[in-house]
Amino acid sequence: MRTDGRGSWPGGRRRLGRVIGGSVSGGLEIRLDADVPVEEMSIGRFVTVEGDRRRFLCLVTDVKLRSVSDRVATVPPDYEDPFIARVMGGITTYGVLQVLPTLTLPENPDDPPEPVKTVPGHFSPAYDATPEDLKAAYGDEGKTDNFRVGSPLEMPDIPLCINIRRLVERSNGVFGKSGTGKSFLTRLLLLGIIRSGLASVLVFDMHNEYGWKAEDKERGIEVKGLRQLYGSSVVVFTLDEESSRRRGVTYDSVVEIGYNELEIDDLLLLAEPLNLSSRAPDLMAVLEREYGRDWLAWFLSLEDPQEREQLAKNLGFGMNVVNALYQSLSRLKQLSFLKPRADTRAVDLMLSYLKTGRSVVLEFGRTNDLLAYMLVANVLTRRIHRHYVEAKERFLGGVGEDPKPLVVVIEEAHKFLSPAVAHHTIFGTIAREMRKYNVTLLVVDQRPSGIDDEVMSQLGTRIVCSLDNEKDLESVLTGVVGRSELRNLLARLDTRQQALVLGHAVPIPTPVRVRDYDEHLYRSLKPRASAPEGGTIDLEKDLFGEW
Amino acid sequence: MTELDFRVGEVIETSTSRFVAHCYDLHGAPALGSLVRTGAPDRAVFGLVAGVSTTGIDPGRRPVARGRQETDPAEIFKKNPQLTRLFRTEFEAIIVGHADGGTIRQALPPTPPRVHDFVYLCRPDEAVRFTERLDFLALVLEQPAPAPADELIAAAVRQAAGHRPHPDEFLVRAGRELARLLALDPVRLQLLLRRLKHAD
Ligand SMILES: Nc1ncnc2c1ncn2[C@@H]1O[C@H](COP(=O)(O)OP(=O)(O)OP(=O)(O)O)[C@@H](O)[C@H]1O
Ligand SMILES: [Mg+2]
Repeated sequence: MRTDGRGSWPGGRRRLGRVIGGSVSGGLEIRLDADVPVEEMSIGRFVTVEGDRRRFLCLVTDVKLRSVSDRVATVPPDYEDPFIARVMGGITTYGVLQVLPTLTLPENPDDPPEPVKTVPGHFSPAYDATPEDLKAAYGDEGKTDNFRVGSPLEMPDIPLCINIRRLVERSNGVFGKSGTGKSFLTRLLLLGIIRSGLASVLVFDMHNEYGWKAEDKERGIEVKGLRQLYGSSVVVFTLDEESSRRRGVTYDSVVEIGYNELEIDDLLLLAEPLNLSSRAPDLMAVLEREYGRDWLAWFLSLEDPQEREQLAKNLGFGMNVVNALYQSLSRLKQLSFLKPRADTRAVDLMLSYLKTGRSVVLEFGRTNDLLAYMLVANVLTRRIHRHYVEAKERFLGGVGEDPKPLVVVIEEAHKFLSPAVAHHTIFGTIAREMRKYNVTLLVVDQRPSGIDDEVMSQLGTRIVCSLDNEKDLESVLTGVVGRSELRNLLARLDTRQQALVLGHAVPIPTPVRVRDYDEHLYRSLKPRASAPEGGTIDLEKDLFGEW
Repeated sequence: MTELDFRVGEVIETSTSRFVAHCYDLHGAPALGSLVRTGAPDRAVFGLVAGVSTTGIDPGRRPVARGRQETDPAEIFKKNPQLTRLFRTEFEAIIVGHADGGTIRQALPPTPPRVHDFVYLCRPDEAVRFTERLDFLALVLEQPAPAPADELIAAAVRQAAGHRPHPDEFLVRAGRELARLLALDPVRLQLLLRRLKHAD
């Protein structure tokens, strides 16, 4: 049980009040029974209204105080007197719940709930929603497709699930300002996805908090990462071997990237952090044409300014343009994982793991500056995506298997998906092509307003933690119905471990108190995926298997 | 005690919503707000004592003061035993329910009580059973009464509470019913509730 002081209801069903008015579009008003304390009702709770023929699952969107007439307020009762307070409470003055009817619950728990097309009659009774009601609407925790992400707000004992099958059908986003629990929530979602066996995940783990373990600075403890919980069905790659070793992380492979693997588009994505000049794209194009795939390694080897001057003459560019590009690109030399010519085995290995249905976490170690992150995420994702496209096309052509869906997780997503770059990056492409090639995104970001609108509107499910900025609030609600109520709900979320789930994976927009990431969670994760469990990985077989 | 001990008088004037009873004893009317019953058991009618009066029997003769030499008014009656026959005590009851076969309805009876029907003060258990339902409060609020209806209600509720093991619970229950009925008149409600409370 929780000990945070918020009331919880031990079993049984409590009547809250009766419907006194409302509409399908505007929601219902429920007058609270006199013995139900107004202060126990709060936004985000679920109530069930029993009409004559149907039961309606409703979400509380507002709590109001009413009196039977204005005179009551102008001649206030003598509430200091306990007798008068007891007698009058709930009668001349009373509480009203504004609720949004969200679904009609089926008679038979196996049938799906239906959207609301009518309202319950006047004076239909309303009750606290029960675990069964929630189960009917959000699915049963016991079924593979469903994963418990938390509970309704203020109803900590009731499980609330999202549908993983529907989640992985589209690209998704986790948003919220810093420290709201995005990383914890994302890790939780990934646990759910991997457990379901419905998709593999590839995490670009900028802050080393997904693979082996994560630090919970608030609580001063370490929590388990995907690898610890799922054994060899999760593989940890690192860009910074030394850091991983020092942190005691069990990693499987080290990733290096060759200059020859960088495409001009990859570098253009970094125009801002590299401070590329406006002439840089032309110059790079020419360099590539003249010197082939190894142009970058060669260019960066021109340490002597005279060599560069010679090059500028040869190519007909100004000396300052060449020098500026040289300065900019020299920053890449500081990235230890970049090699003039890399052993490409790491990327192939990564692919081969994904191919066998495993998930991959790539730790950045100390190389967690944005430049490295964007570069690596973009280069690797582009290559991996290409393989998926080929595999999928082969499959459609009748050869091989349909590749297992892949969810690519990126943080700081607005850097990859801003309107300026979304059309050039592989991430923009993946978001737009939906799941055509079985690859989708899970973007994690604290500045959703920085993300291109079109990309935002492609996100199937958005999970939104507390946000302050007006623009961010606007952008996460792009294209959602009932925005004003939802905004209201969003604005009132706690600043930690609470979120509003919108879209594909839930039947209706739903506020949740995110499940605690703790021992209890670990124990509940019995894998159901068909992915290999424990033991060593059979590389031979994995590497030479067919897509 | 026998039923006779609870008999207080006879109906001498009657209508659908109220009746007047003449008491057997001078000053022998039940307290304001008491529950009384009249009529045969199968068509019993219940009323609340809403006003009591004692007047001279002969309207032409005006009573005179007699107690100048006395220290206690009771002495006057001892020395002038005929006085008890020259005065009469009557009370008016507002009808709040009737027996309909085995059940009691808190509504006006189909036919009023009859003249010379005996009138009984309800026993505490009878009063408790009758006041389990509180619909009668609405009937009283709507009636013009000889005493202010709110006084009558306060008296009736306090009595009914007094017959119970947990008077406070009943006071709150009745108070809530009144709050519902008088929700639109907060000033009146407030005054009435204060009267209820001052019972204890
Ligand atoms: N589900 C949860 N279970 C337990 N603790 C949580 C949970 N969610 C959040 N927390 C607490 O909140 C802290 C911050 O969470 P987290 O690191 O996920 O935030 P964030 O939104 O990713 O922040 P940033 O934007 O800085 O990356 C955690 O260290 C942890 O103490
Ligand atoms: Mg984070």
